[in-house]
Amino acid sequence: MMMDYGTLRGLIALLILALFIVIVVWSYSKKRKGAFDEAANSIFEEKTEIKHNDKNNKQETNNNV
Amino acid sequence: MTTTLDHPSYNFNVVRQFTVMTVIWGIVGTLVGVLIAAQLIWPALNFETPWLTYSRLRPLHTNAVIFAFGTSALFATSYYVVQRTCKTALFGGKLASFTFWGWQAVIILAVITLPLGYTSSKEYAELEWPIDILIAVVWVSYAIVFFGTLVKRKTSHIYVANWFFGGFIITVAVLHIGNSMVIPVSMMKSYSIYSGAIDAMMQWWYGHNAVGFLLTAGFLGMMYYFVPKQAERPVYSYRLSIVHFWALVSLYIWAGPHHLHYTALPDWAQSVGMVMSIVLFLPSWGGMINGIMTLSGAWHKLRHDPILRFLIVSLSFYGMSTFEGPMMAIKSVNALSHYTDWTVGHVHSGALGWVAMVSIGAMYHLIPVLFNQGRMYSIRLINIHFWMHTAGIVLYIVAMWISGVMQGLMWRAVNTDGTLTYSFVESLTASYPFYFIRFVGGVLVVLGFLLMAYNMFKTIGAKDGSLKPVEIA
Repeated sequence: MMMDYGTLRGLIALLILALFIVIVVWSYSKKRKGAFDEAANSIFEEKTEIKHNDKNNKQETNNNV
Repeated sequence: MTTTLDHPSYNFNVVRQFTVMTVIWGIVGTLVGVLIAAQLIWPALNFETPWLTYSRLRPLHTNAVIFAFGTSALFATSYYVVQRTCKTALFGGKLASFTFWGWQAVIILAVITLPLGYTSSKEYAELEWPIDILIAVVWVSYAIVFFGTLVKRKTSHIYVANWFFGGFIITVAVLHIGNSMVIPVSMMKSYSIYSGAIDAMMQWWYGHNAVGFLLTAGFLGMMYYFVPKQAERPVYSYRLSIVHFWALVSLYIWAGPHHLHYTALPDWAQSVGMVMSIVLFLPSWGGMINGIMTLSGAWHKLRHDPILRFLIVSLSFYGMSTFEGPMMAIKSVNALSHYTDWTVGHVHSGALGWVAMVSIGAMYHLIPVLFNQGRMYSIRLINIHFWMHTAGIVLYIVAMWISGVMQGLMWRAVNTDGTLTYSFVESLTASYPFYFIRFVGGVLVVLGFLLMAYNMFKTIGAKDGSLKPVEIA
């Protein structure tokens, strides 16, 4: 039996919806929390690095007044 | 414990070049905008010169702000962020320099050809085919530099900002090449390979995704790095940022048909465009909330830090525009708003509010870092810039809202016998006061940019490390 174009598109839409649910479940799973917290904080890592290596002047600055 | 943390020597040269040009093109782009805004009040300002007419300068204004100012800001920040978060220098060596000089060449060619009247007549894609080819070459080089850097990264995770930058780079390549398919008939003249309603659909598939990817996804990449950095706290929810990314990139691509309501485009395509535009509200606000809530528990920082204020207020304008946009995409609302100044107001609340403010905030963060200073030359001037820019936008968009709704109502008003109540010229006359308010708003924005340039050159010119960060209790 040939699947018509409309049915195919309907199935693709369902597939994408399922994929989206997988992404949500994956990103909100308890197992991933630690890794994501680490990732969120990764942009601040260099600050501590600089403290060990003050001579390098390409450092982070603090614009806060 | 290792003390020999080896520091990659980043390629900041290209970042510096793009950063300085962002500010310069910001002045040029908004200045041309103010000139054409003035022409709408005082038509004599075209001096009867063909290359100073509104029709030729308007595409120059849009190209200058989107591709010269906005895209230079994206080049600068994406090259900076990808190096910092991947802890490695840019891939490709001289290729990164080529993207700078190539992109500036594209802009100069636009500045020359658009006033001369060379245009493909496609909105936001007016440049003729030889320049389109140069854009494609530079863009592919950009992709090679950016993704090459991701490949040679020293970290295991790819920070979320890079996902947004990467998504924007790939999509813009596809959009630009797809929409610019033409048959050249001479050096400076070509015809689209698409015809009729299909050409219109291609145009707005490109046009709306220029908004969705270049002016949104790219700048969200900027937001996900510079907002947490300036606030000195991690993003509110990293998990939400992942859902935000996938939802945004998979929905935006379908929204283009809302630019073609009540045209020859098939009705079903218009309806798809409308529904997708409404759904798009969700990821847009998810991202906006994620950015603003990063300040949760540290709102006091807004009181002292005008740079953070630029960044956070940009998100407020983003939230406003992405509420207004889906609403305007509803066909019955669009019947009132389309072709009126309301659209112009909407675009500028996104462009001046979101895109410009997040870029300005990021530049103020970046300039001292790039030029070995602890802070900008004058924080007070940043604050003045903030208020000038904000006042300018508010004047601009409020004027356009009133003018736009008024135009829509006047155009649709009919007498009991079915004839139109107002002639077109009557609605134009009624808009004049609002055009003047818009002009004043635009002047404030340009003056703000001039202050920024002064502040930037003072910072660059200062002795290395002489500007110390100011600590607050």
